[in-house]
Amino acid sequence: MSNFIQDRRSLLKGGAATLAAAATTSADQLLNFAHAWAQTSQWKPEKGAKINLLRWKRFVEAEDVAFTNIMQAFTKATGVEINVSNESYDDLQPKASVAANTGQGLDMVWGLYSLPHLFPSKCVDVTDVADYLGKKYGGWAPSANAYGKSGNKWIGIPVAATGGLINYRISSMEKAGFKEFPKDTAGFLELVKALNKNGTPAGMALGHASGDANTWLHWALWSHGGYLVDEKDKVIINSPETMKSLEYVKALYENFIPGTASWNDSSNNKAFVSGQLHCTVNGISVYVTASRENKAVAEDMNHAYMPIGPAGKPTELHLPFTMLVFNFSKYPQACKALTAFMLEAEQFNPWVTSASGYLSHFLNAYDNNPVWTADPKRTPYRDVAKRTLTPAGRGTLGENAAAAIADFVIVDMFANYCTGREDAKGAIAFAERQAKRLYR
Amino acid sequence: MTAIDIKATPRVSAGLGAWQRLMINRNWIAAWFMLPAAAFLILFLAYPLGLGIWMSFTDIRIGRGGAFVGLENYEWLYEDGVFWLSVFNTLLYTLVASAIKFVLGLYLALLLNRHMPFKAMIRAAVLIPFIVPTVLSAIAFWWIYDSQFSIISWSLRHMGLIKQNINFLGDSDWARASVIIANIWRGVPFVAITLLAGLQTVSPSLYEAATLDGATNWQRFRFITYPLLTPIIAVVMTFSVLFTFTDFQLIWALTRGGPVNATHLMATLSYQRGILSGRLGEGAAIATAMIPFLVAAIMISWFGMQRRKWQQGENND
Repeated sequence: MSNFIQDRRSLLKGGAATLAAAATTSADQLLNFAHAWAQTSQWKPEKGAKINLLRWKRFVEAEDVAFTNIMQAFTKATGVEINVSNESYDDLQPKASVAANTGQGLDMVWGLYSLPHLFPSKCVDVTDVADYLGKKYGGWAPSANAYGKSGNKWIGIPVAATGGLINYRISSMEKAGFKEFPKDTAGFLELVKALNKNGTPAGMALGHASGDANTWLHWALWSHGGYLVDEKDKVIINSPETMKSLEYVKALYENFIPGTASWNDSSNNKAFVSGQLHCTVNGISVYVTASRENKAVAEDMNHAYMPIGPAGKPTELHLPFTMLVFNFSKYPQACKALTAFMLEAEQFNPWVTSASGYLSHFLNAYDNNPVWTADPKRTPYRDVAKRTLTPAGRGTLGENAAAAIADFVIVDMFANYCTGREDAKGAIAFAERQAKRLYR
Repeated sequence: MTAIDIKATPRVSAGLGAWQRLMINRNWIAAWFMLPAAAFLILFLAYPLGLGIWMSFTDIRIGRGGAFVGLENYEWLYEDGVFWLSVFNTLLYTLVASAIKFVLGLYLALLLNRHMPFKAMIRAAVLIPFIVPTVLSAIAFWWIYDSQFSIISWSLRHMGLIKQNINFLGDSDWARASVIIANIWRGVPFVAITLLAGLQTVSPSLYEAATLDGATNWQRFRFITYPLLTPIIAVVMTFSVLFTFTDFQLIWALTRGGPVNATHLMATLSYQRGILSGRLGEGAAIATAMIPFLVAAIMISWFGMQRRKWQQGENND
């Protein structure tokens, strides 16, 4: 989804400079607001409350600064001590699972994908927080319900998401004969073919890139109507729709820049910023890096939604960050108060602004944040929460869906076929076998 | 451990009660002295190993306990193409890399054993690949093998030898060769320096005598150096094979097992399935499946090379 190192560095400078205003001037205001908020809040933190919070390790320095400011303001206003620890994407889930299992160590986790659904019985019911925020801020995007709710109960609050969308070079697209970026999969294939013919190729990861490869290949599968499992979690990957998506991706792959089977999450960032790659799927990090390191590329690039396929509706996959509170925490009220506090406009707007488009919101009212319109190239990332499915596709979110993503079941299916290791039937059979074991 | 052989003398203990006899029994006291070491080994080696093997018979996942499922994990792996691919990759990786490391290491050791200016500095410099943290050297190799920015592809293109970048990590065969080369680069110094240490224990008078008898260079190597070096070769190659077989960092940093599992080793597959995907039981089964291979490797070098009769004071056949 991003080249983590470039991302952080670029935003350290670019982001911090432009947004220093938002982050620093608001520090005092933030505190004033926090005091007022704490007086009226419906959640009163327990006396002497201390919160251990685990979050994903930030990629955006300015975002982390803003996050820390929010934590400090909350501490000053309520007296609740917050101890924040960070873990990388890969390590966060095991650590949170162990905490859930042993019933100690952490009060809150700000995690990825389907984390609360791995142990729904260990999560505090936060329906009151979700209702409060939803009512105040224009309602939740549909995907928020999928990510946050288990049955009728909210077990997590989807705070933000990071989107994986099309990044393309405007001049190369025009040279390939397109005035605007194609909105359907057929047009997209034509564009990729033309780009290749012109020597300005596209490329997306087919290697074990947890972010990049999973997002675009799930889109490719879903856009053709193929799914790993149905609503009852029955494995249905062996379908004509899957077959079509395989053919489609192979046609794309044959017109890609060489080497995409080895790509990890940062490969496309490097190639795009250096000007060798002209179209890819990524977070906003490419643009942010290019703005600093290669202005010509930044000026000539833009973003677009993922094209719509035969399925006829957006079928994107983005990466949500959901906040959960463990039910063994001694301070559930303090944790709820903090969750609600984070998402109040006074905190949330400067925070999201500091992330330069890396974080997108789930609450509809935040569509109006100027970060999305100040630079029109960021605008598509505003809508990721409205357009995303969950990693489970049509199935239920839970540890099986999480395991299928972590084990690259879909990614390997496409890679097996595209690189010629298996024929289409073999690749599907392989994925089916793996999925049946996971979903048994 | 040898303390067990020492018998308390019966003469002293005659006429004493059982408890008193126990108190002056040297074996009894020795057992107590061994206890800290034994506890240490059991706690940090035997227990984790046993736990891992036990987990491989359960369907445990990270964060929640599992039930005993017998050989179910192994049955699944037996029919799993990716697992067998990883076994093949691991064997290929280990055999090819170890063989080349041995040949290059021995050659380098023989060179370094000669007298030359700046001997100490050159010997120290050889160790550099071994000193650099694996992850750092892996990242350097990752750039060297990059599909767009590879220095090798760039040079060859500018020399007009190739038209397109070499797909180092994107093509199965290239990827396997690339990771093996990276492993060799990293492993040769260990073999070379250890063999060099062995070479320096060979008495020069043997070579002098052989030279007087008219032995050629090859004969001196074959009949003096090599036999005297066998014990250290056995040790070095055992370690080298073990390190290579269980390699993880290099593969993980370079390919994460890709392209399409062509470079997945058993260790990386075990990590992917056990930790990332959360199925500890299956991950443990893959890790446990490595044990027979490792035991076999140790046996071969132990019985094949180290237990030569001459080492036990007899003549070679």
